[in-house]
Amino acid sequence: MKPGQLTVGTDNPAYPPWYAGGTKSSFWKINDPSTGKGFESATVYAVAKQLGFSPSAVHWTYVPFNRAFAPGKKSFDFDINQISYTPQRAKVVTFSKSYYDVNQAIVVLKGTPIASVHSVAGLRSFKLGAQIGTTSYAFITSTIKPTKQPSVYPQNAGAVQALKNKQIDGLVVDLPTAFFVSSAQVPHSEVLGQFNSGGGAGYFGMVFAKGNPLATCVDQSLTKLRANGTLQQIQQKWLAKATGAPTLK
Amino acid sequence: MASEGDRRADLEVDEPRRSRILGALGSGGGGARAVAIALLSTIVFVVVVVVVVGNSPGWPAVHKGFFSWTYYKSAFPETARAFRLNVEIFLIAECLILPFALLIAVLRSLPGPVFFPFRALAIMYADFFRGVPTILMIAWLGFGVPGLQISGVPTSTTFWAVVALVLIYSAYVSEVYRAGIDSVHPSQEAAARSLGLTRGQTLRKVILPQAVRRVIPPLLNDFIGLQKDTALVGILGAVEAFQQTEIDTAATFNFTAYLVAATLFVAITIPLARFTDWLIARDRRRRQAQGLFA
Repeated sequence: MKPGQLTVGTDNPAYPPWYAGGTKSSFWKINDPSTGKGFESATVYAVAKQLGFSPSAVHWTYVPFNRAFAPGKKSFDFDINQISYTPQRAKVVTFSKSYYDVNQAIVVLKGTPIASVHSVAGLRSFKLGAQIGTTSYAFITSTIKPTKQPSVYPQNAGAVQALKNKQIDGLVVDLPTAFFVSSAQVPHSEVLGQFNSGGGAGYFGMVFAKGNPLATCVDQSLTKLRANGTLQQIQQKWLAKATGAPTLK
Repeated sequence: MASEGDRRADLEVDEPRRSRILGALGSGGGGARAVAIALLSTIVFVVVVVVVVGNSPGWPAVHKGFFSWTYYKSAFPETARAFRLNVEIFLIAECLILPFALLIAVLRSLPGPVFFPFRALAIMYADFFRGVPTILMIAWLGFGVPGLQISGVPTSTTFWAVVALVLIYSAYVSEVYRAGIDSVHPSQEAAARSLGLTRGQTLRKVILPQAVRRVIPPLLNDFIGLQKDTALVGILGAVEAFQQTEIDTAATFNFTAYLVAATLFVAITIPLARFTDWLIARDRRRRQAQGLFA
């Protein structure tokens, strides 16, 4: 965007485990993305280093989900906000390679009927929820195929409240978010299980304006970071808790 | 009573007013020239808009992003299905709003010191619920009340969405009713009471019939507002038309689905708006023909 500066967009609030380290700014809620802590923040600074930007040259800007792909001049070099690659989306924007291969998972309240389900088919009769902009909703409708209309929430806060209120039986989110929801956001909840997306079919990519040549450079950086183990280290540091959920089949 | 001559004069005065859209076209004299000018200025206006928008650097992207026929077709069936929830919500809500708001308006119109608490309550109600943004009310009730976890209290999002809309819109509609009640001349009440009707009978048989008939157009106006505000229910997770378009938009990164929702809303609000216009025009003709307000 600005010469000599890498402008990175993400949504506000910046939720764990993607962002961490808290915030001292009045603008960024929950976490300030410029701390370098949390999976996405750490990944961005690692990529920036590969590209030759010092940490102080990385500038964060607030990009609500819809702004990431709205037509017109972008206010960021790239946006990083747990956005899943899909071929349809890639017609409108350019995605980087995967910086995280993602599985969907389901969070439920302990002791409720859904908590004793151990198969995808068993989930069919429950009221499920997801958040707009995630691929979780598509996952619910195309793979779980529930008999009740799933609920869809514009914000994480609404989805979490609905689960607390028992307005939905289960919340489908990506696996790391599922662990954050169950450990920090909804008391007495648990990650019931994750879904096998089938050989890394789902992944998060950084979003660029269609055809932005910077994407190629970022892809090279990601390939390098994957090869030298940096990406794996960052993942272990920030997403270590996000493993070990049983796989629902 | 108005004489025959008065009536004709009224109609003649009314004539140019009726065709406000066509401006001076109907006002006699130079009709063909006026039509030509109107036609020309319309063409120039449309051409300027098309050229300015069509030549803007971002138009191809905006065209593809907001007005794509392919996406329109693919988003339509799902959005239309989701729109049924909007229709259900505003129909149920409207049926509750009309009587509830009337009750509040009547309470607020009760005379005398005895009824002060009712008047005060009605005023506080209207002040509060007109002041609170609808989306906040929906979020408070839809997430807040089920959050209390009281057994027997519904957790259904549709239920609480309807309650929130009824509360908010009743405040507006009660003010419309009140304006109607206030517009009935006090002599009507005095006449009714002197004929031996009780206060209740006067209200029911003399005041309200006149008051309600006069405010039908603004009532329909609020009804249209209600229809559009059903799109706010999505915040609770209900998949109504707008929420469905958000899902489509998020899945495809293409905003054309918004246009589908707009089409559906407009398709029901425009006929209602024309109907309201027609009612207003009919009412004005009748009143002027009767010479009541000449």
